[in-house]
Amino acid sequence: MSVSGSLPSLPAPGAGTGAGTDLASVAGERWTGRPIALVDLLDRLLAGGVVIVGDLSLSIADVELVRISLRALISSVDESLPDWRY
Amino acid sequence: MTSATPETEAAECRELLYVYAVLPAGERPCGPSAPALPPGVGGRPVRFVRGAGPAAGLAAAVGEVPAEDFGEDALERRLEDLAWLEDTARSHHAVVEALGAAGPVLPLRLATVYRSEPRVRAVLAERAAEFASRLDRLTGHLEWGVKVYLRRGGARPSSPEPSGGGAAAAAGSGTSGRDYLRRRRAQRRSEEDGWQAAARVGERIDAAVGPLVTAARRLRPQDPRLPGASAGAGVNVVNTAYLVAEDRSEEFRALVAREAAREPEVYAEVIGPWAPYSFAADADVAADPGHDDADGSVGDDSGADGGGSAGGPREAAV
Repeated sequence: MSVSGSLPSLPAPGAGTGAGTDLASVAGERWTGRPIALVDLLDRLLAGGVVIVGDLSLSIADVELVRISLRALISSVDESLPDWRY
Repeated sequence: MTSATPETEAAECRELLYVYAVLPAGERPCGPSAPALPPGVGGRPVRFVRGAGPAAGLAAAVGEVPAEDFGEDALERRLEDLAWLEDTARSHHAVVEALGAAGPVLPLRLATVYRSEPRVRAVLAERAAEFASRLDRLTGHLEWGVKVYLRRGGARPSSPEPSGGGAAAAAGSGTSGRDYLRRRRAQRRSEEDGWQAAARVGERIDAAVGPLVTAARRLRPQDPRLPGASAGAGVNVVNTAYLVAEDRSEEFRALVAREAAREPEVYAEVIGPWAPYSFAADADVAADPGHDDADGSVGDDSGADGGGSAGGPREAAV
């Protein structure tokens, strides 16, 4: 799993005004045509959106679960990640 | 289909209705999937359920999904599966985006599922007034994301050994404990400085775009280990969503660029435009505990429709 830069270009289906194709870096960074990063998407789909109680819907606990499993997954799969602590 | 045997009942239960978004019923076709819409979750077609009574002006974009994936226990299990989660999220987004390209749309949180159409209609009716006013407020707006990063390495001391120990000291191994501690301290100080510089840029951006944006909401900074979180090679310090009128978007981006350029170790990325995901919920809903540590600093100023507002960016702009 690549972390930055070199992700293959996967245009989102039906993306007309797509976030992926209109992704601008400012302040000296080059314009990149990166696809929509999953993390940006999940920021919006799991923390945004109207919350209505479905018959079966994603509870907050599930959302936390997603975050936890994403973390676990990514740090276990990609051990080549630099050890950047902040 | 005369009498429901246990089998047919079970078969019916295998399909659930996934709800993508609420939108004005307007001229939207009410029947089968409009051709312009991409396939939804699980590759299934998307169609509309029109509201009735108080919700007559509203519709929900829905699609059938298998209960194997979205049923009670299944969903929890599925969420552990990154590939499934990604497919589902991208399909959800593709549908919302296509709807949003045609007009105002109120995206729902991922994986909101109902057992039947009547249940969807009931919810539309129940919250019709709220949905309508929110759609009204979002009309003509886009969401833009701004992520401020501290350059990886930008925070580290450019000359690692201030005590002038030369190459050996820079190599780090052959130096005294005191040198090491001093170096660590310098590095930490530098990291903190960088972190503060990034936070400052975030605040300056808030202030600069404050008079221009309709609302703003802080999101949780992204864990640098997540793919896509460390664009460029930096650490995300500030992650904000802004609700911007469509015709102010260029202006908005220019202001962000201007502010971001002021600190050399910091850069900013503008992502979008998005459907207004981060502004679809009510203020009280937006402050949900799943998002606790991020909300509140900027805030969704939904309580201030129309009037002047208490939104963070505006305050900061003064």
